[in-house]
Amino acid sequence: MAAASRRLRLVGTGIRRESLLVLLLLAAVMAIFAPNFLSLGNLINVLLATAVIGVLAIGVTFVLAGGGLDLSVGSIMAVAGVAMGLASQSGLPWPVALSTGLAVGAFLGWCNAVFIVRSGVPPFIVTLGMLSVARGLALLISDGRPIYGLPQEIVFLGQGRVLGIPAPVWIFLLTTILGQFLISRTRFGYHTLALGDNETAARVAGIAIEAMKARLYTLSGVMAALGGLLFAARVNAADPTAGIGYELLAITAAVIGGTNLFGGRGTVVGTFIGALIMGVLQNGLNLMAVQPFYQQIAIGVILVLAVWLDRVQSRERT
Amino acid sequence: MGSLLEVKEVYKRFGAVEVLRGVSFALNGGTVLGLVGDNGAGKSTLMKLITGVHSVDSGEIWFNGQLLSSPRQTHSPARARRFGIEMVYQDLALAKQQDVAANIFLGREPVRHFLGILPIVDREAMEIRAKSILDELGIRISISQLRAPVAWLSGGQQQTIAIARALSFDPKLLILDEPTAALAVKETEHVLEVIRELRNRGIGIILISHRLPDIFEVTDRILVLHQGKVAADLVTKNTSMAEVVAHIVGAGPLHKGGLV
Repeated sequence: MAAASRRLRLVGTGIRRESLLVLLLLAAVMAIFAPNFLSLGNLINVLLATAVIGVLAIGVTFVLAGGGLDLSVGSIMAVAGVAMGLASQSGLPWPVALSTGLAVGAFLGWCNAVFIVRSGVPPFIVTLGMLSVARGLALLISDGRPIYGLPQEIVFLGQGRVLGIPAPVWIFLLTTILGQFLISRTRFGYHTLALGDNETAARVAGIAIEAMKARLYTLSGVMAALGGLLFAARVNAADPTAGIGYELLAITAAVIGGTNLFGGRGTVVGTFIGALIMGVLQNGLNLMAVQPFYQQIAIGVILVLAVWLDRVQSRERT
Repeated sequence: MGSLLEVKEVYKRFGAVEVLRGVSFALNGGTVLGLVGDNGAGKSTLMKLITGVHSVDSGEIWFNGQLLSSPRQTHSPARARRFGIEMVYQDLALAKQQDVAANIFLGREPVRHFLGILPIVDREAMEIRAKSILDELGIRISISQLRAPVAWLSGGQQQTIAIARALSFDPKLLILDEPTAALAVKETEHVLEVIRELRNRGIGIILISHRLPDIFEVTDRILVLHQGKVAADLVTKNTSMAEVVAHIVGAGPLHKGGLV
């Protein structure tokens, strides 16, 4: 019923309360069994370990909420990192190198959109193709080898701290706030959700569908590139094999956080929580010295439970 | 002169099929016209000519004393909206996971400037205006329902939301395509009540429906199409369901008269 469902959402934000409950529950369990879990240093570690996947997942949230799918973010992440590495290696100043990486991500994301819009081939196929193409490009331009030794300004982005908090965590928090603002407060956000909900309705309402798709996939490409830059900066190497499988982790984080895989619903704060659930699980089980294989099992179970819970609720409503 | 909508000798063919063969009728503001006919009689084609989805092959459509569509006057959906013509489609065209206010203002969300620069959707203005549109229609809806996904509302409420959305464009002519087809009796009554309210405001309404009891309950006139021609143009209170049915199946007295 409407009343019950309303109870399950934080007022006005559209964020699923269950995700928050699961996160707190997990954190409580971890705190009991792994005493170090709650230390400030460890909590910052969790955020740091989640930052790259989290940044990718923010872009993916927009695409999914808009009724699309992006399987190419793991590969775009790598090619953006490598492009940045090559640019700085060739002596370009670090801001130019960073911009190059972001521009490569934006361009590949835009290519996804152009193919989807022009060809009518489903996003699943187009972005699956891009997964392969972008990975190949990353290997091609790097000759298959990691590029070591980045400028210290770029390394700072991955390893530096501001007010005791690592730079990637700042960027993760900042992009979460901006993304949440964008999806919940702006016309762009409203139109994204309307497009993902009912494309015909959005079209009849005069929303420029094709321009919206171009923006969504470009945004996803930029966020993937940002994730790639952070990753390369953190390990001080641009690795063309970085981010393999990250597209699925990013989608998992978004869906656990309440984004509808088929569009029409999604919040960035939800995705932030979804990514943290995965991070807490990983970190806590590590602290408890549980075999890492169990982490994957647990994440899979949580993903399916999250979507199942959602279905049960929507059935109750009808 | 004086008619809100005037359709004159309109023809339309798609390939080998002549869908409309010289249709004429007129509609005044504050009148509800029921449009009935068998599947394939040309009802939706006729409406698409008025809403600008298609253009006429020959004939003319006049609106408020201005030429709306003719072979030399190209028409378009955007043009129809500018003239004040709105259509509520059978499939509703609602984004069902979004809330009521977002649906009513879909694509035209009011904006205010956060911190003086960032343009953000003005939720408050949107909800106040949505509420007032719904209030005027006599639709009782709470603020919490206004913030609920449309999918949580009943079929009748969804239909009235779709109508409210059309009304937010301040139309002079409203075309309703099977608004009661999927509704329970009580909900149907509510939608018909809304239609009466709109008529009292002076809006011209074309109601397409297969449900003759609804047509008889709410219309002033009934236009029957049969095989692309006007089989009958009847005053509702002077006719009967039997007569209308006879015209629909092509057995009416006027039908033998041929061309209108």
